[in-house]
Amino acid sequence: MADIEIDAPETNRLLLGNEAIARGALEAGIGFATAYPGTPSSEIMGSLAPIAKKMGIYAEWSVNEMVAFEAAAAASLANIRSISSMKANGVNVISDFLINLQMTGIGKGLVLVVCDDPGGMASSNEQDTRPIAKWLNIPLLEPSTAQECKDMTKWAFDLSEELGMVCMVRSVIYLSHTRGNVRLDKLPKKKKEAYFADIYDLDNPRQSKFTCGMQFHSYKQSEELLKKFSKASEKCESSPFNCYRGPDKAKLLIITSGICWTYSIEAVKILNLQDKVGILKLGVTWPLPEEFIRKYLERSQKILFVEEIAPFVERSVMEFVANLPPDRSRPALYGKRSGHVRAWGEQSLDLVIQSIASVMGILYQSRQSRSAEYSQKVREISQTLPNRPLTFCPGCPHRASFWAIKNTLQLDGRNGFVTGDIGCTAMGMISPGSFQVRTYYAMGGGVGIASGFGHLGQFGFTQPVIAVCGDSTFFHASIPGLINGIWNQSNFILAILDNDATAMTGFQPHPGTGVKATGELGEKVSIEALCRSLGVNVEVCDPFDIKKTTATLLKIMAGVGGTQVVIMRRECELVRARRDRKKSYQMYVEPNRCIGEACGCNRLCTRIFSCPGLVWDREVGKAKIDDAVCAGCGLCADICPQGAIIREAA
Amino acid sequence: MKDLTKDPITLIIAGVGGQGNVLMSFLIGSALVSQGYFVSIFDNYGASQRLGAVASHIKISKEVSNNSPLLHEGDADIIVGLEPVELLRNLGRFGNPDVMTITNTRPIYPIGVISGEAEYPDLDRALEIIGKLSAKSWIIHATEEALKLGNPIFANVILLGALIGSCTLPLDKSSMEAVLKEQLPKVFEMNMVALNRGLELVGQ
Repeated sequence: MADIEIDAPETNRLLLGNEAIARGALEAGIGFATAYPGTPSSEIMGSLAPIAKKMGIYAEWSVNEMVAFEAAAAASLANIRSISSMKANGVNVISDFLINLQMTGIGKGLVLVVCDDPGGMASSNEQDTRPIAKWLNIPLLEPSTAQECKDMTKWAFDLSEELGMVCMVRSVIYLSHTRGNVRLDKLPKKKKEAYFADIYDLDNPRQSKFTCGMQFHSYKQSEELLKKFSKASEKCESSPFNCYRGPDKAKLLIITSGICWTYSIEAVKILNLQDKVGILKLGVTWPLPEEFIRKYLERSQKILFVEEIAPFVERSVMEFVANLPPDRSRPALYGKRSGHVRAWGEQSLDLVIQSIASVMGILYQSRQSRSAEYSQKVREISQTLPNRPLTFCPGCPHRASFWAIKNTLQLDGRNGFVTGDIGCTAMGMISPGSFQVRTYYAMGGGVGIASGFGHLGQFGFTQPVIAVCGDSTFFHASIPGLINGIWNQSNFILAILDNDATAMTGFQPHPGTGVKATGELGEKVSIEALCRSLGVNVEVCDPFDIKKTTATLLKIMAGVGGTQVVIMRRECELVRARRDRKKSYQMYVEPNRCIGEACGCNRLCTRIFSCPGLVWDREVGKAKIDDAVCAGCGLCADICPQGAIIREAA
Repeated sequence: MKDLTKDPITLIIAGVGGQGNVLMSFLIGSALVSQGYFVSIFDNYGASQRLGAVASHIKISKEVSNNSPLLHEGDADIIVGLEPVELLRNLGRFGNPDVMTITNTRPIYPIGVISGEAEYPDLDRALEIIGKLSAKSWIIHATEEALKLGNPIFANVILLGALIGSCTLPLDKSSMEAVLKEQLPKVFEMNMVALNRGLELVGQ
């Protein structure tokens, strides 16, 4: 929506935090950008890729985060500024490479952007990635606003280059997905030239170290890293993104970082405590700017830490306070450890108001709760409202796939189950997927765990196991698990629900689509050709042909065993609808054929199949199509035992 | 730039995934930024592409550039509901005796209602409650009006027109027109028809 490549210095644009990060990278003169999609990080590459050609940069959606980061490191080693962005879980995937790269150092500026998801609203977990920066001595920058997303990303490149090490910019969902005013700076016009000299200090070749070959002297690398890190500490002490706002002597000092800084400022204002409470914002949270903090520590007897998710700054400051000379007085520390700040999930303005009020011993009433009658009424109403749980979209092929899987496992009768994976297919664990998914961990985890279940036969295990993954997940991390199963002769079925997109994160392409991030055509990698080359039996079916799909699954399940692959292929309905802009079918329920509760199907269509476009008309006691929601996929016509749901060519 | 009745002014747009919350909040924000205000917008949506509860939190300020992304309890000045139950849900958390509301009347049933596990409130009763819990409220049959224009998607621009016409925000029709032209040039003329229809519906 926003044009991040506009060359209009000093003008104000309304940018998403992620767009501002991308703009910062452009202003820093990047030549290379890589990413794997993952909420809340996807809009960084999402805004860079469409303009990459025009801006003379290389941009790709990579097959997974590890390859993305490795490719970005290559550009850095060859004298090109480079950025790699991912969600928190991506850092787990790159950690091995990152640890080793951090030991040897980099060439031109290399920035790793990580977007955490406090509260895990769009993730399999909630995970604070900041401890990896402390563990590996990586400078860690935490922007607080869209403006800082741009400015700090730009600064991170300078810092990374000066220190000769990766810098990490950490955002969170409430920052990445917030739009704010951003004042633009100039875009550089410098020509970039790539050359790999097998060294990382291009200015002083004689002084340089090899990027590899020193592995026999790892301790020397550690020594070198610590030297670099002490230089990083100096730089971070004077970071322009650390600041203090408040009275000279504060009754309470809040130490905060990232988005929580904005909550803190507003909370103090709402509580009218500007004269009593000071706010210390750390733009760099590792290395800890100790001298900067020391100045303010002395001004208050009470410190409150406000941050997301783990008590990261809180613990670092505690270590620092423990090291203060014995004659210094020590402030009282409040935060997640003391119970004054919620120790899990995301923070919010409400929570920060509560935390400050509890430490200051004051009572706070909101505009709503000041009127007892009003708040009583809204509370009563709120309790009666129906929730909107996760569901497959109208027309989603996964609803059909899980319908077939459920029918197959029921007909088979051996109490089989599904091991699930990340992405839209994970919704197989809830009602629209008929509760079939029983395990759910990490990218590629479904097939790996299935390969283990499939070896338990010698202990009397007879339950059939179906590993389900999406197409993007297959390429990302499922291939080694599949090969492991084939090689070690495990018994399971891998069902690849191929909807031709990385759908959950916004329909990004992947190797199976053959389209590259920039929209140009690349080389298409065929899932079935790849699987067949491994020597495994592969069946391909259309999940909308429920009968055939069920029959295929039953046949395989009753067959020779071993590792088997079924590809259930149908394009994501949202992708199709965006392209075709019309429904495939016009659907309606024939009122004379639908006999309602008298049918005996126990409302199979609306109660079990649960497509949002097919609703139960309470007044008439029959099913009906909600035309504003129905995608016109036609599938429900095949599940009605009375044949009352009719599809007509649209 | 007009003075604000309070700083920041806070607005929530409440809807259901797929209705177009994100675009609508972006259009409002862009128009206000072009008028010189500081704006922050957080579009709160979950993991699924469609049919989850979505709420866009918008703060408009003359002075403060770093407003936090979220409203706090009871702090909405205006709530626009693209869907009635979503308006009620946000009224529950962010409403207060001074809140002003603009409601589309078209329900979208949650999956629990479809399967019979949950109940959707009676629509007339829901609209009556919304009126009672708002200092001022506008009830707009935006989806029905949009269908008259040929596509339910125009409901949002009709509601945008109603929002401008309600004069609850310092939002100018001319700046919205410029943003619609820049962002959605292909459907600009139809959008202007919808925008004017919205203005008419609130008596402007």
